[in-house]
Amino acid sequence: MNSKDSTYSIILDHVTRIEGHGSVRVSVRDGRVEELTLAIVEAQRFFESFTRGMLAHEIPWIVGRICGICCVAHQMAASKAVEAALGLEVSRQSRLLRRLLNESQILQSHLLHVYFLAVPDYVGVPSVLPLARTHPDVVRRALRLKHLANEFTAVIGGRALHPMANTLRGWRRLPDLDALADIRRRLRAALPDFEATVDIARSLKIPDFERQTEYVSLRHPDEYALYDGQVYSSDTGELTPVSDYRHITNEFTVPWSTAKWARWHRESYMVGALARVNNNFDQLHPAAREAAETLGLEVPCHNPYMNNLAQVVEIVHCAHNSLAMLDQVLDQGLEQEDISYTPGPGQGVGAVEAPRGLLFHAYRLDDSGRCTEADAVIPTSQNVNNIERDMKAFAPRMVASMPRDQVRLHLEMLLRAYDPCISCSVHMLEVEFVQ
Amino acid sequence: MKNVLLRPRISFFDMAGCEGCQLAILDCEDIFLELVDLVEIVEFREAMSETAPRFDIAFVEGSIHREIDADRLRDIRARSRWLVALGGCACHGNVQARANGWSPAENLQRVHGLDTVHRVQTDNRYWPLWAHTRVRALHEVVKVDYLLRGCPVDRDEFLHLVKRLLAGSRPGFAAQPVCVECRRHGHECVFLHGETCLGQVTWGGCGAVCIAGGYRCDGCRGLLPNANLASHRQLLRERGLDPKTIDQRYRLFLSGEITAQDAPDEQ
Repeated sequence: MNSKDSTYSIILDHVTRIEGHGSVRVSVRDGRVEELTLAIVEAQRFFESFTRGMLAHEIPWIVGRICGICCVAHQMAASKAVEAALGLEVSRQSRLLRRLLNESQILQSHLLHVYFLAVPDYVGVPSVLPLARTHPDVVRRALRLKHLANEFTAVIGGRALHPMANTLRGWRRLPDLDALADIRRRLRAALPDFEATVDIARSLKIPDFERQTEYVSLRHPDEYALYDGQVYSSDTGELTPVSDYRHITNEFTVPWSTAKWARWHRESYMVGALARVNNNFDQLHPAAREAAETLGLEVPCHNPYMNNLAQVVEIVHCAHNSLAMLDQVLDQGLEQEDISYTPGPGQGVGAVEAPRGLLFHAYRLDDSGRCTEADAVIPTSQNVNNIERDMKAFAPRMVASMPRDQVRLHLEMLLRAYDPCISCSVHMLEVEFVQ
Repeated sequence: MKNVLLRPRISFFDMAGCEGCQLAILDCEDIFLELVDLVEIVEFREAMSETAPRFDIAFVEGSIHREIDADRLRDIRARSRWLVALGGCACHGNVQARANGWSPAENLQRVHGLDTVHRVQTDNRYWPLWAHTRVRALHEVVKVDYLLRGCPVDRDEFLHLVKRLLAGSRPGFAAQPVCVECRRHGHECVFLHGETCLGQVTWGGCGAVCIAGGYRCDGCRGLLPNANLASHRQLLRERGLDPKTIDQRYRLFLSGEITAQDAPDEQ
């Protein structure tokens, strides 16, 4: 290799097919990676600042707007935090409906990511559009499943985006039982489509890069933890209460950046589908465990690219588990419950598993019941440190074994594998200065 | 002159926002394949890697928080025949315009701490990425041809706009309050069960979806032209809301539209 071929830089500005704006910069000199940075270039939106002055029930309704893809997760983490602050009870019925709402959104989000954002890389096309011509059946199935997942969310929450039927303590207007029965029927009928999704995923040639890291997720004694639980670390095997979240995320600033990065027991950790599947594999629905086997996903898995396959495993889990929960709702019926509450002071923390991983919200309310302080730690800001470390570990191997355009593609694919949600980043903005 | 467009080139861009409005467009799954036959989507960063130098319709989501984003918007404007504000943040700043209740430095301090504010203000390497201005709607920066309102946008309004432009005619959206749609759909007025609502002063077109879902209207689609805020304010007072609570209500989604004259009670 002459020095012209072995000295170059790769600049991926405003990486496509991810949620939000991020850039990757790599410089290679004489075949060595000299510098690599992952820059988040999104504008600040200041949710944590302008939440001040809001009434308790307005908080989840407004902070859901942090993210269009995981609005349900933000609403729920905020609801749980405010409920903790005010000491409010949530009924079994509301808990069941929230789990359904959450799993419907995980279905939406994972389907969108796997089919529309990730698969094109593996097929070698720039977007899903060319696939409409070359693989019409696949695209039709993707659209069909996505449509079903959206309607599922809409039936439970009132609409697919920024749902309004749910609030603190429960539901303002309960879902229609006939509409729920229809969703159950259509989910059952879609099971072959979900199986076909596993088959497509099996055919993807996942890059072979491994790096051990700490996997962090919720864990619950009785269920595959998506709606609640305590925080589990794969490094210690111990559980930590959600209210201690600041000791978990340990947000810190690095000298060359004002980013708030996260680390716990080692230099970085990972949250998201792969972390959950790694940590709570035995609690997955049997059909999802079977899908994992079909996909060759053995836990613990240390290949971050496999996060896409972990998402497929969770798609299967949520489809089957939602069917079981719908059976339960339809068997017992729904009853309009009292969801009133007395406003007052307090502070509280809430956490859920968003599609992209562990999400914390925390609020303080004053005597008049208005918000005086807000904090949100989102999955992507916990992952960004880990993504950059993966890139730094893998890039030298890529540079040594691949042409430049393949290095570029594999770095983009790695960023996409984490399904980053940069618009959520109320809390982070990282800048790297190339001197 | 009629000006029928054959397969117009359309593009999507995002400024500061949740990207939910673009997602709402992707959610047209049932008609997505027909749609991509009628139009050519040439740039859509959230969903595809292709880019294009020029387009017929640019849909821009989000509000403008920094000068570099204003520059991006001016560039998009220069490359497009029509520019459409996609959703509440692009139309009037939406909930994000609440941040204008404080200075950018105050907002930054609350989220990142005082050290960061000092660094950002004194070290020019932090500019322009960190140089936040007040939150602006798109029309405060460039000429906007059409507004698709709502948080999120309504897909039927999106389809109406695309079809009208395809046919060479002007898209039109009736300036009617949300109440008209409540009546059309037979929803009981929320005032009847003790709640209060901004539907009387808010642009309709959403199908009164929040009232259908058991809630109230908070005004995400923006104030109607000539909305009589003084009498609406009086109505809310009669329902027992104190002036401060009324202002807070307006400022949830409408901070970008409420002026000092509209809010005489604010201190």
